[in-house]
Amino acid sequence: MSLVVVRPGPLATVQDAGRFGHSAVGVGHAGAADRAAWRLANRLVGNDEAAAAVEITMGGFAVRATHPVTVALSGAACPVLVDGRPSRHVEAIRLDAGTLLELGVPERGLRSYLAVRGGIEVTPVLGSRSTDTMAGIGPAPLVAGASLPIGQALHQIPAADVVPLSLPGELTLRVLLGPRDDWFTLAAIDALLGQPWTVSADADRVGIRLQGAPLGRRRRDELPSEGCVRGALQVSGDGMPTMLLSDHPVTGGYPVIAVVTDVDTDHAAQARPGTTIRFRRR
Amino acid sequence: MRIMPCGDTALLLEVGSLPEVMSLHASLSAAGLPGLLDLVPAARTVLVRFDPQAVSAAGIRRRVERVSHLPEISGRWDTGGRELVEIAVRYDGPDLEAVGELTGLGAAGVVAAHTNQMWTVAFGGFSPGFGYLVGTDHRLHVRRRDTPRTSVPAGSVGLAGEFSGVYPRSSPGGWQLIGQTDAPLWDVDRDPPALLRPGVRVRFREPA
Repeated sequence: MSLVVVRPGPLATVQDAGRFGHSAVGVGHAGAADRAAWRLANRLVGNDEAAAAVEITMGGFAVRATHPVTVALSGAACPVLVDGRPSRHVEAIRLDAGTLLELGVPERGLRSYLAVRGGIEVTPVLGSRSTDTMAGIGPAPLVAGASLPIGQALHQIPAADVVPLSLPGELTLRVLLGPRDDWFTLAAIDALLGQPWTVSADADRVGIRLQGAPLGRRRRDELPSEGCVRGALQVSGDGMPTMLLSDHPVTGGYPVIAVVTDVDTDHAAQARPGTTIRFRRR
Repeated sequence: MRIMPCGDTALLLEVGSLPEVMSLHASLSAAGLPGLLDLVPAARTVLVRFDPQAVSAAGIRRRVERVSHLPEISGRWDTGGRELVEIAVRYDGPDLEAVGELTGLGAAGVVAAHTNQMWTVAFGGFSPGFGYLVGTDHRLHVRRRDTPRTSVPAGSVGLAGEFSGVYPRSSPGGWQLIGQTDAPLWDVDRDPPALLRPGVRVRFREPA
């Protein structure tokens, strides 16, 4: 049983919870960028929440089922066609053998998740099926013709699932200051929390570069590289913050002024270029 | 030791020197901290990533403080009994002559200094399988190249600051390249995949 990719769209990768415990040898976590949406897609088809699914960036994705399967979509809502007939976001969809599932472009949000009942069972690498786009670990990004093997279904498909879903045009993300907020001026802290930031075109699974008035530093010396986390707001020499996402390098040499709370990084993963982001202290 | 918050899932511990980092990392690894997801040692810091469902930030902070107050965390670091890796190097790197001039040792002197000391992997992080190696002979400390190379071939052996290192795969890089090795540094199908892991000791030698 498998799904065969017909069109990958701008970027489609296999993602699960990511790989942990290998940071000391330079391997980052990767994993679904919007973990809440990824878990929801799995729930809708009765999978373990840890099952691997397809992360689709800006829609445009199409697959054909080789056997009867049940799938579900979550995250950024794309127009959905099943053999040309409109279908629905965030609910279980039954595909017959040979059926074509096509996604259009989402009106809002950036990343959609396609879960298949039984999970995608590509070979795990270091304990995870996730593609790390920066380290080049895990399955290659999907291309037309790629075959995605499907595993065994474990649980019943839930009769109903409460699905709260909203992707606002402007995001407010909670942050904790530090670890290197003392490298910045008080005006920079005020500017971080006071001004609206715009997501630049430089936004991918590694990080989201933001645009706004630059953040001034109190210390200008070099910071020895140090371990960093998803959600870290790393400020480069020009004073612009980059929010690190799933495929961020294990260490970084720019001071981190603040870190977005873990839960809120999922919302950030849906921010496409042009989105306004505000930060407030948790 | 300074403990800094790093979001709601990590603490960043800062100490004064690389030997302190290495000893702190070794102690934290051995301490069996509850809810620990990952430790990331670096030049002056150890990042402690935890699962907030399993342990509170205050809880892990208390445990970390207890570990760091143990008497053996005092900058001393015992390398006895650790794994030793030998790496054969052809010393024909494009920067060998320049490093010979910068250090005043000459090319042959650089090779002798590189092969005659014990190196230890302090930390990783640049890319999968890359280890920052520290030695015991300060004469090989050299600055990075003024202009980084856009592509450094896999297996290149380099020097930068207090470190030596081997590029596991082709990547951009600014280290001074003194040689080349065929040693298999990174293989995801091997357990463990990285040849150079924090704490492993390394001897470089010229091919027989």
